[in-house]
Amino acid sequence: MPSVRVPPVLRQHTGGATEVAVEGDRVGVALEALVAEHPDTKAQIFSEEGDLNRFVNVYLNDEDVRVLDGLDTAVSENDTIMILPAMAGGSS
Amino acid sequence: MAPDTKQPLVVEEISAQEAFEEIEGGVVLIDTREPHEAAEARIEGGKLIPPATLVATIEDAAPDKSARTVVYCRSGMRSATAAEQMMELGYTDVVSVEGGILDWQAIGLPVVTEAKLTDEQRNRYSRHTLLPEVGAAGQVKLLEAKVLLLGAGGLGAPTALYLAAAGIGTIGLVDDDVVDASNLQRQVIHNTERIGESKTSSARKTIEALNPDVEVLEYNYRLDSGNILETIADYDIIVDGADNFPTRYLLNDASVRLNKPVVSASILSFDGQISTFVPHEGPCYRCLYPSPPPPELAPSCSANGVLGVMAGVMGLLQANEVIKLVLGIGEPLVGRLLLYEALGTRFTELKVRRDPACPICGPDAVELPESELGAFPDYEAFCGGHVGS
Repeated sequence: MPSVRVPPVLRQHTGGATEVAVEGDRVGVALEALVAEHPDTKAQIFSEEGDLNRFVNVYLNDEDVRVLDGLDTAVSENDTIMILPAMAGGSS
Repeated sequence: MAPDTKQPLVVEEISAQEAFEEIEGGVVLIDTREPHEAAEARIEGGKLIPPATLVATIEDAAPDKSARTVVYCRSGMRSATAAEQMMELGYTDVVSVEGGILDWQAIGLPVVTEAKLTDEQRNRYSRHTLLPEVGAAGQVKLLEAKVLLLGAGGLGAPTALYLAAAGIGTIGLVDDDVVDASNLQRQVIHNTERIGESKTSSARKTIEALNPDVEVLEYNYRLDSGNILETIADYDIIVDGADNFPTRYLLNDASVRLNKPVVSASILSFDGQISTFVPHEGPCYRCLYPSPPPPELAPSCSANGVLGVMAGVMGLLQANEVIKLVLGIGEPLVGRLLLYEALGTRFTELKVRRDPACPICGPDAVELPESELGAFPDYEAFCGGHVGS
């Protein structure tokens, strides 16, 4: 099964899991499976219209899905989908 | 009929001392090494003819085949071959220097060097100059380089330390903060005695004690669109260790405008990211992150924590990138985002592409007025931001 790598900022919503196995033959389907299992991850990943949020990057293995087919990008058995937010550390 | 048997030519060799005396008296001197070797150190008066071009060009370079000709190289091997080739071309009075320039220098004879290092520097940086990819010429490049660090905190501290150790001649530090005890878990350029002191001043003291070759310039103000261009203008490379998104976008827009490479990293918890942005050659920060996340999705280290060593790991990776850029060696992280995850000790590399629709570095990008540097094209997506605070 493909898996989704969960960034630190979302791990609180996946029970601490850093990698979640999901079903899905498209990136969008796989991400929806993640959201179905862990609903609090939705806001980071999807906009209200159901597109990928502009401020989050999603990679299929090492390639940004924006240069592939976006949410329609095909996913195979051993692929890893990575959700990558920007970080800027520091003090609030 | 018996085949022609060629008698091997016997090349006459002279010692470095004998060569010195002959050169004083006046001979044709040929240096048969590569240009980068000659730049490191050469004997004055020699004509540089690399081995590959010798047979084709020697007769133009040294037309008098009966003149006394001395050939040298690094250790005496290439020069012996060169002398033999010249004898085959009809040179009647050519000799090779046994032991080459290595012997010459070993007995203290003078060389000319384009790489101007003092004796102290030759000693201090010997572990650099021994590396063929660096050499004395590379060390001079490091000493002549000017690198600006945004932030003398988590990332800036280790980066500044190692760049200073490497001999980066001018290090600029932009930070308006003071040292706090909670910094010392990772900002190792500071120490307990410096608590309360300005971070740039503290960093400068540590760097001066480590390496007197380094000049530290302090900038104790927050960067904004009004001051960023003049702040970065004189530097060769910028290191981004900023603690907030607005500054990162501001730096990006300004650095693309002025064509300054930026080595950019960030850390949180057990995770780090780093990439190198070279304007117009690779993607820029906006190609990677077109929009910043809303604040609730971009926690700070003071809220979430960060493993102290993360600053060291990513800070030193930044220093590594800077050094490669200055020396022009290796493969910087252009078009590559390197992720480090400390709990699993895993590195992951992602590809970063130039965004053809990038408002800053894309082909259709419009030059922004200075006041709009760093401004988000889609400001509504970024709420509650703290620009220039």
